[in-house]
Amino acid sequence: MEGGATGERPRERKVTPMEWRRKHVLGLADFSAEEIEFVIDTARSMEDVLTRDIKKVPALRGKTVVNLFFEASTRTRTSFEIAGKRLSADVVNFSSAVSSVAKGETLLDTAKNINAMMPSIIVMRHPASGAAQFLSRHVSCSIINAGDGSNEHPTQGLLDLYAVIKAKGKVKGLKISIIGDILHSRVVRSNLHSLGRMGADLWLCGPGTLVPREMGRSGATVTNDIREAVRDADVVMMLRIQLERQKTAYFPSLREYARNYGLNSEVFSLAKKDAVIMHPGPINRGVELSDTLADSSQSIILNQVESGVAIRMALLYLLAGGHNAAR
Amino acid sequence: MLLVKGGRVIDPESGRDEVGSLLIADGKVADFLPGGEAPGTFDGTVVDAAGKWVLPGLIDMHVHLRDPGFEWKEDIQSGTAAAASGGFTSVVCMANTSPVNDHPEVTRYIREKAASLGTANVFPVAAVTHGQNGKEMTDFSELFEAGAIAFSDDGSPVRSALVLRRALEYAKAFDFLIMEHAEDHELSEGGAANEGWTAHRLGIPGIPSAAEEIAIARDILLARLTGGRIHIQHISTKMGVDLLRMAKRAGLRVTGETAPHYFTLTDAAIEGYNTHAKMNPPLRGEEDRMAILEGIVDGTIDAIASDHAPHDEYTKRCEFIAASNGIIGLETALPLSMALLAGGRVTPARLVELLSTTPARILGIKEKGTLRKGADGDVTIVDPDAEWEFRESDVRSKSRNSPFFGWKMRGRAVAVLCRGRVTHSLGEGVSPDA
Repeated sequence: MEGGATGERPRERKVTPMEWRRKHVLGLADFSAEEIEFVIDTARSMEDVLTRDIKKVPALRGKTVVNLFFEASTRTRTSFEIAGKRLSADVVNFSSAVSSVAKGETLLDTAKNINAMMPSIIVMRHPASGAAQFLSRHVSCSIINAGDGSNEHPTQGLLDLYAVIKAKGKVKGLKISIIGDILHSRVVRSNLHSLGRMGADLWLCGPGTLVPREMGRSGATVTNDIREAVRDADVVMMLRIQLERQKTAYFPSLREYARNYGLNSEVFSLAKKDAVIMHPGPINRGVELSDTLADSSQSIILNQVESGVAIRMALLYLLAGGHNAAR
Repeated sequence: MLLVKGGRVIDPESGRDEVGSLLIADGKVADFLPGGEAPGTFDGTVVDAAGKWVLPGLIDMHVHLRDPGFEWKEDIQSGTAAAASGGFTSVVCMANTSPVNDHPEVTRYIREKAASLGTANVFPVAAVTHGQNGKEMTDFSELFEAGAIAFSDDGSPVRSALVLRRALEYAKAFDFLIMEHAEDHELSEGGAANEGWTAHRLGIPGIPSAAEEIAIARDILLARLTGGRIHIQHISTKMGVDLLRMAKRAGLRVTGETAPHYFTLTDAAIEGYNTHAKMNPPLRGEEDRMAILEGIVDGTIDAIASDHAPHDEYTKRCEFIAASNGIIGLETALPLSMALLAGGRVTPARLVELLSTTPARILGIKEKGTLRKGADGDVTIVDPDAEWEFRESDVRSKSRNSPFFGWKMRGRAVAVLCRGRVTHSLGEGVSPDA
């Protein structure tokens, strides 16, 4: 694999001529390594579009993408919207705050109504795990899961993988530590599949209350000691402490959390010299990640965001049949 | 007069297990005639039971009939029809109706409606506390007089140890039975599946086994403190079985039931967010399932009850976390229990104890759970070799929430008599009485 984001000419890269059979992207649990690589390759060619003056291609002209968001989201929704628009799709945003959900409509009824307007793709975020899988059984359009409860966030898993590849040139054998609220994190569950399948040495770390013992069965190494997790790591991914998800306290205070599980320069010095820092955002500065590190040269947080648009363009393109049509 | 002719009569209560014929007259067991041959001339209905098992009518001590209040899910008519179809002559229905069965008028309504239909005997359980609020006790003796067979806040536990202590102490004087849905609500709050690898992988909030076990331990200790009689409902975990075993060894007046799904399925069944495998307590791990089986074999578990919990389709056709808890069970409890016979560790007589003899004894229904002369003419006739598929179209319940559709079953109730009336028959010349 080629290293670095510099000097690479994605256009010249030959996309694996693999047949894309998926109708939906619900999670990465059943993605093969080959399929993951194929998406990454497609994202590379999409990135070429993003470097142009006119960042728009007609691939999805005449297709409608509905962003159906039942949870607050700024970056993911915006990222999907930009991805769709750069492919010339008509993008419609539907968020629960202004929807009929407040009137007590079921998820299924809401989705069926939208489906009846014949979109090509519904991009859905929902607080219930399995919501995307459930919906895919009841609608005729394609579904992209933009995060379902604590289950998966497949586009995040893919963009994180892509960002690691761009930063490190490879994934296999890298020590990648994910630190924070493992219990509730859909990002972790998707990363276990994306980074795990590509051969990373994955570590999961957080307070005992937020790292279920059974997570060891995922193949990752589980620890409650941030130093052990960070030592000699190639990549340290900090997760947002989602205060809004916690009805009862999982730890004594944010101060206590930051003291034991926050990444600061001292702890980060245990990592490899060229280690990079990731975060799916939004960051709680001074809680899970120190202000200094967040903006340091070793932070690739904004590269993650950048990779996100390319990954989402790739998936929209593949689901809309662009790849197969072109062949 | 009715003659059940030439079947294998299995009645643990009287110690009988032999081929013979049962004479039913005036709704009672009138006589037992040993051997395959019955009187040459008989002036009444003959049910040919050759090659079949003739059992005391099965008693399901844990069902939800949803009537009054949720009649679109189930009512007493459909629920008792499902019972008869599944081989049951008696059902014990929980109090979480609307209104809650915490008043003699509700108890009487259930009794009278069931009696007017005559499809199955219905024994209502009244709530332990008003509105199942966990605070003030209901009028136990008045409810008992109206027809309540026991007391339970099922659906919820009696949360306060103090309130349960008082209920047990007060009930003791009348020898009333308290049945407990054992659950520590704080530990289980927000959970939707067994806390374990499957739930963690799927991102479903977990319910730890300890939520049930802590409550069982508490209930046992309160039985010890008060000398009261308590029955632990729907035991699903290994430690739950261990605790019950310990309580029995200590000579406490504690009994317990499990449901067929807990020894048939594990939490692997929720894969794909299958809402038809969602219930409370949740399906547990393989170790728990094996421990439930062991408890059934060694006698720790007293009864198998279906926890028949009808829910309309749309409350299951949704996100897993939002789906209602429970599955229908009246029409699958017998065949799923009969699957226990395959290993040879559970005998047919033991199975009858679990599904009839012991529930009758725990509930104090002397005239049922036996085929003694003079007992009620409640008889379940089972073809132990019948092979059939459980199909959605055959369901008598109003609801269709079952994970067992398409399952190949072995063993089936082919005819059922309730107080001498035929309430279910799969042909062969006998049709249900109108």
